[in-house]
Amino acid sequence: MSDAARHGQQVFQDKNCIACHQFYGLGGYMGPDLTNVISTRGEAYSRAFIVAGTARMPNFELTDDEVSAVVAYLGFVDQTGTYPPKDYQILWTGNVAQADDPR
Amino acid sequence: MTTDTSHYGGLRFMRLGMLALAAGMLFGVIGGFQFLFPEFLQELLFTKTRPLHVSLVISSIFLLAIGGIYFYLPRQCRLPLFSVKAVNLHYWGFVVTGLTIIGCYLSGRFGGREYFEFPPVLSIPIFLTWILFGVNYFCTARQDKEPWPVYYWMWGTGIVFFFITYAESHLWLIPYFRENMVREIIVQWKSYGALTGSWNMLAYGTALYLATRISGCEKYSRSRLAFSLYFLGLFNLMFGWAHHTYFVPSEPWIRTFAYFVSMTELFIFGKIIWDWRASLEDWQKNRHCNAYRFLMAADVWVFVNLGLALVISVPAFNLFTHGTHITVAHAMGTTIGINIMILLASVFYVIREELPNEIHARCSSQLRTGFWLANISLAVFFVALILAGIGKGVYDGTSFQEMMTGIRPFLFAFTLSGVTMMIGFWVILWHGFRLMGQILAPVRVAEPEPA
Repeated sequence: MSDAARHGQQVFQDKNCIACHQFYGLGGYMGPDLTNVISTRGEAYSRAFIVAGTARMPNFELTDDEVSAVVAYLGFVDQTGTYPPKDYQILWTGNVAQADDPR
Repeated sequence: MTTDTSHYGGLRFMRLGMLALAAGMLFGVIGGFQFLFPEFLQELLFTKTRPLHVSLVISSIFLLAIGGIYFYLPRQCRLPLFSVKAVNLHYWGFVVTGLTIIGCYLSGRFGGREYFEFPPVLSIPIFLTWILFGVNYFCTARQDKEPWPVYYWMWGTGIVFFFITYAESHLWLIPYFRENMVREIIVQWKSYGALTGSWNMLAYGTALYLATRISGCEKYSRSRLAFSLYFLGLFNLMFGWAHHTYFVPSEPWIRTFAYFVSMTELFIFGKIIWDWRASLEDWQKNRHCNAYRFLMAADVWVFVNLGLALVISVPAFNLFTHGTHITVAHAMGTTIGINIMILLASVFYVIREELPNEIHARCSSQLRTGFWLANISLAVFFVALILAGIGKGVYDGTSFQEMMTGIRPFLFAFTLSGVTMMIGFWVILWHGFRLMGQILAPVRVAEPEPA
């Protein structure tokens, strides 16, 4: 984990972003899941939302450093896996086998 | 009427629990409106109302359960409290820590993780006051030389597992966990699942205590079946947490094992259906008893919520329900429908035992109205969340805003039923708070004047 991502993790907690957002489907429901937001929407898109806010999300008036740190943290999370699962198989037992399950 | 003040602390905890529940519901309703109208009460962002709602409601569960234990042990189990001073210290420690946490949330000072969003240093007084409670409980209960009834074991288990799981939920403070996303999220949700199990032990222990007292039948708390269900609950507390993390990339055996553990709850489900007829007969006999009414409501909600829990614990279904409002329906349905109902039964059982019948008979029609308003609203609330969850479950990930617009009618029903549910509970809580104050009144009169 880079220093920037570590800083971003702290900002994410200090602003209580998890009240509205999710990682791996865990968190609040006001905003979207952010697990793979960097790989699906891109850094610029994410940065624009963090800086300007939306109708649902206030502008938290983060400094440039803080915005970059949060983007770095989201990039760090993105590399840990895929959510929701894309490549999976439902077994007859009702269990699910995922392509990115550790082997 | 009595001059014995050993149960005074328990009643104070219960009254504070009722206040916390009333306030927690208010913040929940505000949060519901912010879901529909994000500009509503901008000064109090959703990032503040959500933790205020969650923390106050969870606090109320602990306060009502702890208050019951502090009340029942000296007053009805004939076990003098090991230390009455420790009860007072526990109470004031809870009040000061709680107010500090509320102040942190209102001023936007966070720093913790979901559900414990306050600065982590505030967990230290929570641990210390819990130590007071644990020592007091075990030193008091060990005076009972008879084999313990199952509710003593459940209360004790709840206390011990709170220590373990609350400590575990702070492992993120160690870089080894914090800097590995998958490891951290698995440990965090393992601890939360088991922490919920710990307060369930306190609440279910209270339910078994009340069932034993109301029926006058010891089999509820001493039979082999009662202990079997206790061990099954303990097994689920320790190992049944992983349905929260089925789709976090972890070892597949964790998912398979958690799936198996969750399915053992089918046994409890079957037992409820088996006992249904007998329960209905008891309901006829005790229909005028407020405590029994709340216990029966909890029984119905156990059935409904366990059914939902079993469905969402099947990984093939969890794939579509995880991260949707169906999970919220499960969480709120169990918290309100089961835990709160049981603990309100405890409140009205205490009132029935301590006050002459004519005093609470005066408000029985209002209590009945509040009871039905709260339960019917909870049913609408529960169904609205499931429908909203289905809407989110079929969302293909393209436009979050479009998905939210699509489920708006269900969120509207959820918020409106939240308002009527809050009104129903406020009626109940007002009478509970007021009547419990009347129990305390003679104690105050009897206390000697300072020289």
